[in-house]
Amino acid sequence: MLSVRDLGVAFGAVEPLSGVSFSVEKGETIGIVGESGSGKSLTAMSVMGLLPLIGGRITGGKIVFDGQDLTDLPERAYRKLRGGRIGLITQNPMTSLDPLKKIGPQVDDVARLHLGMDATQARARTVEILGTLRIPEPALICERYPHQMSGGMKQRIVIAMALAADPDVLIADEPTTALDVTVQAQIIRLLDDLVKQRNLALVLITHDMSVVAQTCDNVVVMYAGRAVEYGPVETIFDRPRHPYTQALIACIPRGLEETARLTGIEGTVPTVINYPKGCPFHPRCARAEAICATDPPDFSVEGDSAAACHFAEVAHAQPA
Amino acid sequence: MILRYTFLRLLMLIPVSFSISVVIFMIVYLLPGDPIDNLLRVGSSPEDRAELVAQYGLDRNLVIQYFVWIGNMFQGEFGQAIVLRRPVADLVAQNLPYSLTLGGLAFLFSSTVGMTLGTISAVVRHPVLDRFMRGFILLGSTVPGFWLALLLILFFSVNLGWFPVSGAGGWTSLVLPVLTIGFGGVALVARVTRVALLDAQREDFVTLLHAKGLSSGTILFRHLMPHALLPVVTILALRIGWILGGAVTVEFVFGRPGLGSLLIRALGQRDYPVVQACLLMLALAVMLGTLIGDVAQASMDPRIREKKS
Amino acid sequence: MKASSMTARTLDTFARMSIGRAFASGIGMVAGGFLILLVLVAIFAPWIAPFDYAAQNLMNANAPPGWPHLLGTDEFGRDVLSRVIFGARTSLSVSATAIAISMAAGMTLGAAAGYFGGFFERAVMTVVDLTWSFPDILIALIFVAIIGPGLTSTTFAIAIAYLAQFTRLTRAQIVRLKRETFIEATVNLGANPSHILLRHLMPNAIAPVIVVGMLAIGDGIVLEATLGFFGLGAQPPTPSWGAMMSSGTAQLFLSPWVIIFPGVAVAVTVIAVNLFGDELIRALDIRDRLRGA
Repeated sequence: MLSVRDLGVAFGAVEPLSGVSFSVEKGETIGIVGESGSGKSLTAMSVMGLLPLIGGRITGGKIVFDGQDLTDLPERAYRKLRGGRIGLITQNPMTSLDPLKKIGPQVDDVARLHLGMDATQARARTVEILGTLRIPEPALICERYPHQMSGGMKQRIVIAMALAADPDVLIADEPTTALDVTVQAQIIRLLDDLVKQRNLALVLITHDMSVVAQTCDNVVVMYAGRAVEYGPVETIFDRPRHPYTQALIACIPRGLEETARLTGIEGTVPTVINYPKGCPFHPRCARAEAICATDPPDFSVEGDSAAACHFAEVAHAQPA
Repeated sequence: MILRYTFLRLLMLIPVSFSISVVIFMIVYLLPGDPIDNLLRVGSSPEDRAELVAQYGLDRNLVIQYFVWIGNMFQGEFGQAIVLRRPVADLVAQNLPYSLTLGGLAFLFSSTVGMTLGTISAVVRHPVLDRFMRGFILLGSTVPGFWLALLLILFFSVNLGWFPVSGAGGWTSLVLPVLTIGFGGVALVARVTRVALLDAQREDFVTLLHAKGLSSGTILFRHLMPHALLPVVTILALRIGWILGGAVTVEFVFGRPGLGSLLIRALGQRDYPVVQACLLMLALAVMLGTLIGDVAQASMDPRIREKKS
Repeated sequence: MKASSMTARTLDTFARMSIGRAFASGIGMVAGGFLILLVLVAIFAPWIAPFDYAAQNLMNANAPPGWPHLLGTDEFGRDVLSRVIFGARTSLSVSATAIAISMAAGMTLGAAAGYFGGFFERAVMTVVDLTWSFPDILIALIFVAIIGPGLTSTTFAIAIAYLAQFTRLTRAQIVRLKRETFIEATVNLGANPSHILLRHLMPNAIAPVIVVGMLAIGDGIVLEATLGFFGLGAQPPTPSWGAMMSSGTAQLFLSPWVIIFPGVAVAVTVIAVNLFGDELIRALDIRDRLRGA
């Protein structure tokens, strides 16, 4: 349904994103994982065609949606896709709705724009969708303002907006980061159900490996603007071959007795202006050797999965 | 909801208007000399004096005098002008329409032109346009109003003969005064609109509006403009007072009747009942301005509506 | 004693660091250079002015700009250039004095209100907000009306018109700094309140107030000119930019230069003050702190 090949993005002379590839079919979920600053959100903005909004541009690669390359699609045609066939859910529900407008009209917009409905029909549809998202008293909610609702409720509204025109693809950019833990689980379950019920293709962008484990079919691990490992979720979790993936998996808390060993990854993600030479992860990597600082690693393919590490062949034998 | 909010704001105006009226009332007492003399024409007969004392209760203490005075004011009893020898109420009624026309037009001019210029400069964002706006805003906020008025008269009335030099006959006599008062307002409104629009563009929800497939134009007019309007409305409301203040000088230069020129003349002639009435009217306008601003803002922003009520 | 030396030191640092930086930009240098030149012209007016500002010559009244009267003469045949040069003295000194008075009073009031809080703060701020919502020209007019026209009352009228601005700004700074530093200071040192107010809060609050004061001198010049124009400021024969324009209106058609040149002087001076003030704000990086008040 949606496939991204070797995508590169630049802002002026800096290139924060390069060589990102993944694809997703209907009824599937792909996870894009990485720490903040790894280029996950840029990937989402690229697919939505919203890079010009933040001053960026696509420098290379293809974004193929339903057989059509989106990278050179004119803005007018792109507008039909946005919200119509590709829905977006953003990170912070607190600030993602217009505070001056009632909930109802904000959701109605989508059906009116993409399904050609009039105000009454669109409202009926809004009420119906809010209902399926388990929002109590949807008709009343329509008359409310965003500031009168909780974060979890607002995120459901945002999801309703993304779903209103029955899209084929849903891009969820850290949909739960700003929410309470209990609400997080609800929203993730909701998204998971939607994929199955509506036969959606879901691109789930997150920094949380445990969310990936619960919901995704495939996963792309990103670091410093590049994909470092990708493959089916089972394979990646069973045999992570990139040291960064191993570190991310090690960060997942596994019940009470192990919380004492909860580890973070040392160091910080490099910013765009100081991406390291060679393997971008080498300054933080426990296994780095001389070659890592000089030569960027190629993907070492094994079955459906691949890892960009000079030591991918041996790495998984001794997980960190 | 909005009615209740308006009512509460009105209640909050009571202490403010009370303090203002006390200050205006006290002017006569702050002047050197006998307050009754300050209210009387030189050479008035003892009967005139007795009548004044009776009308204002001037033989009683200050507090009672104040309430008698404010009571009269409420009934439109502004007293008798000392120099012009006419009821102050007549003078005010005669001059007020001129001030309202001039002020209203200047207000309309500065808000529409200012918002248009501000929007264009925020949307187009061109370095040359930016520099032009910066220069325009600087000129608008620094050039003295009366001097601008004189230059306009010199150029348009004297050299080109397009508009009358002074007076208040017909719409042509309004053009230059409106331009003079509006100039500073346009600059201010343009600057505020521009900053507010640029701020609104950076908000998170704008991304999601684009993601819904809305066109940039729709987003600008239906979503960004209302946000940009919030600070603009506040400034415009405060501006009502400043426009009336600006009108004081401009009415004087253009020789137009109005509250401003009435006030200046009365100040020059030490005609204190007239001064008091003019100040009260101007204070009322300033307070109404802030009230309108607050209510307009609340009607646009549900968050404010709830916080205050 | 300590407080004043402390304030002096802060001012000194302030002056050296930020004024230097404001001059560093092109606009700042031109605007600042013009202001310095203007102050020098005002001080040395008697040596610079080509003619006696009060010398009348009715034979040569309303002469257009040319030689020897570069900017022409007025209806009494007085040299306009000399009067503009001497007018700089009046305008600058009246405005600067007025703003200095206003600043001193406003800072005292604002600091006390912000520091003590409670009923005192509410009473002061109610009155201040009241005057704040009125146009400065109206406040000045009322004041002049009560004590009569002249340069002294003009000075005080300007001081009162801008009092609210300084009071509000100082109070806002003090309240903000109190929140930031008060707890820390008292917990760490057990210092007494007046000590904290004078030694720590005031010097910190001072930079934005000085910048606003600088900008207010520009507003003061306009206000002085406006009062002068109404005939309520400088009385003849004292030359003042506003008063010159006032007498010029009668001759508007005959000798427009009598009005144009003093107006240009006011406009250029105020623009220079604003440009330099903007550079100061940028150099000090206090835009946000000014916004809050």
